[in-house]
Amino acid sequence: MSSASSRLAFLGPLAPKSNIDLARLGVIAALIALIAFGGLRYDNFLSEFNALSFLRYNSMFALIALGMALVIMTGGIDLSVGGTAAMSSVVAALLSPYHWAAGLAGGLAAGVAVGLVNGIVITQLRIQPFIATLAAMLAAYGTGLLLAGNQSVSVSYDSGFTIIGQDDFLGFPIPAWIAILFYVVGWIALERHAVGRRILAIGDGEATARLMGLKVERTLMGVYVTSGLCAGMAGVILASQFGAGQPTEGVGWELFAIASVVVGGTLLTGGVGSIGATLAGAMLLAMVFNILNFENGLGWISLSAYWQSVIRGLFLLAVVILQAKLAGNREKA
Amino acid sequence: MTAGENATPATPPTRIGSLVWISRYGTLVAFLALIAFNVAVTPNFLSWQTLNVNLTQVATIVIVATGMTLVIATGGIDLSVGSLMAIAGALAPMIFLGTIFPVGNPVLAVVLAFVLPVAVAAFLGWFNGMLITRYSIQPIVATLVLFIAGRGIAQVMTNGNLQVFKNGPFQFIAMGRVFGIPAQVIVMIVVVAAAAFLIRRTGLGRQIIAVGGNEKAARLAGIPARRVKRMVYVISGALSGVAGLIVVARNSASDANLVGLGMELDAIAAVAVGGTLLSGGRANVLGTLLGALVIQLVRYTLLANGVPDAAALVVKAGLIVTAVYIQQRADRS
Repeated sequence: MSSASSRLAFLGPLAPKSNIDLARLGVIAALIALIAFGGLRYDNFLSEFNALSFLRYNSMFALIALGMALVIMTGGIDLSVGGTAAMSSVVAALLSPYHWAAGLAGGLAAGVAVGLVNGIVITQLRIQPFIATLAAMLAAYGTGLLLAGNQSVSVSYDSGFTIIGQDDFLGFPIPAWIAILFYVVGWIALERHAVGRRILAIGDGEATARLMGLKVERTLMGVYVTSGLCAGMAGVILASQFGAGQPTEGVGWELFAIASVVVGGTLLTGGVGSIGATLAGAMLLAMVFNILNFENGLGWISLSAYWQSVIRGLFLLAVVILQAKLAGNREKA
Repeated sequence: MTAGENATPATPPTRIGSLVWISRYGTLVAFLALIAFNVAVTPNFLSWQTLNVNLTQVATIVIVATGMTLVIATGGIDLSVGSLMAIAGALAPMIFLGTIFPVGNPVLAVVLAFVLPVAVAAFLGWFNGMLITRYSIQPIVATLVLFIAGRGIAQVMTNGNLQVFKNGPFQFIAMGRVFGIPAQVIVMIVVVAAAAFLIRRTGLGRQIIAVGGNEKAARLAGIPARRVKRMVYVISGALSGVAGLIVVARNSASDANLVGLGMELDAIAAVAVGGTLLSGGRANVLGTLLGALVIQLVRYTLLANGVPDAAALVVKAGLIVTAVYIQQRADRS
């Protein structure tokens, strides 16, 4: 299999160095192929309107996938992101009448708070991330429902809070700008900063990382807080875009985020991962729905929206089997 | 196991440390304490009706959590249980209503409505097991595929529509009573008893524990580890199917969007509170039953005394973390 990656050496700096890289390149290639397919087949697929509304809506999922990717690279998992986003959307909506910044800050703070709790329970009480964040998810939903009084909370339309989710800046949706900002920071942290080395080292082997003198607890804490921050930002966008804090939204977001990360070639065992491919993975899964809509619009077939879950599941299946085969070959080599 | 946290190494091995004692009997004590509290505080607690309400609400969770206990005992996890419930729940009414194929004999129709959905769910469980054993995909990722696609399949089958029905013989599984005991409670007891027997008295039970304890060693000792693993996913799938049938029979309606939603997390919570460590190698089926009962009773206690359901979620989160913390501490000492 090493020949497969070496055959692509003409790609220069983009050339894959390993099978994992190859898988990652495959995801980006699949995304480009899907965009090309849509562009050729449907009239308005590449129109400004479709592209911008696609990005406006899916920024939330891209943000959550980013936090999840960092957590998974350390060998952990964060099941609380959906509940956190729901709670943050409620907090943001409740604070939005005071000032748009109050809503934004409140939503982010709510996300960071859940992340802190996760970090403390995982690093201090030494409870497995799966259980700790599962409990945090329940607690976040509960808190959100209590704050909201069991119903959705309308945001203020006078304080400018809705600009965050609905308006454009330089002709580009503000949620997409936010997602890009988060991804750039995430990319720099992972690829160009010592903290990225620490994250991957912990994922490769926590005991080894500790013996090397790395500050494991502090890094894990930071990673879960970052995931909480991303989920909080997604919650703010959710409230702002749909005009209401929604305490019951976000069910299953955590598992879709995990799917995006896996499709993006990050192994759940930790130690490897890529920020760019995570974004591609999230966009790929989101585009399934977009393409389905256009295909129905052509009138040849009429697939209900429910097919999107089936197709996403098949995508995930294909990717994990492919990854398993590549990983198997790597072991044999 | 031999000594408590602060005990000296010279302590005789028969003495059980307090932490170990709490981890072993804590769930039971919590259960008894909750009952005592309710007898004293909650009006009309000691009534046949209260017992039935609590048992019927917990029955489906226990049935699914029993399968989950076996899966977790092998060191795995099954996220697909809720989606499999939705598939079985969508399939059963389609069979006895004759939507898929006409069945003349009403008795045969009901028999098929029981057998086929459970068989399909068991087959999908086998599919999970196959992904895990054949491609060495982590259980959390492998079962994520059907978590996402499974509900989509159920929705596509029913086109997302609610199936309303009235079928006495089929609904006996949820509405019927034998000697005044609800049929679903009897199913629950049978399932728990069978699983407890499986773990304690059969070769397969010991193999499950061995595979979860140390897969490599189990394989070297001649245990067919892959087959054992596939088996537990088949059992988990079949039990999810049974639970799906009970839910739709109870509601006289099947809604593919809602049947089994969030069940994976409820089941995992019951297993964790019941004292089965998520790392595998142990299976406490009766503990899982007790764990589910404690979670249900806490919720009932809070609701019956005027605490909102949302607050009960936060309490449940605390309960899960506390239970797992105590067990892990006891395990290390």
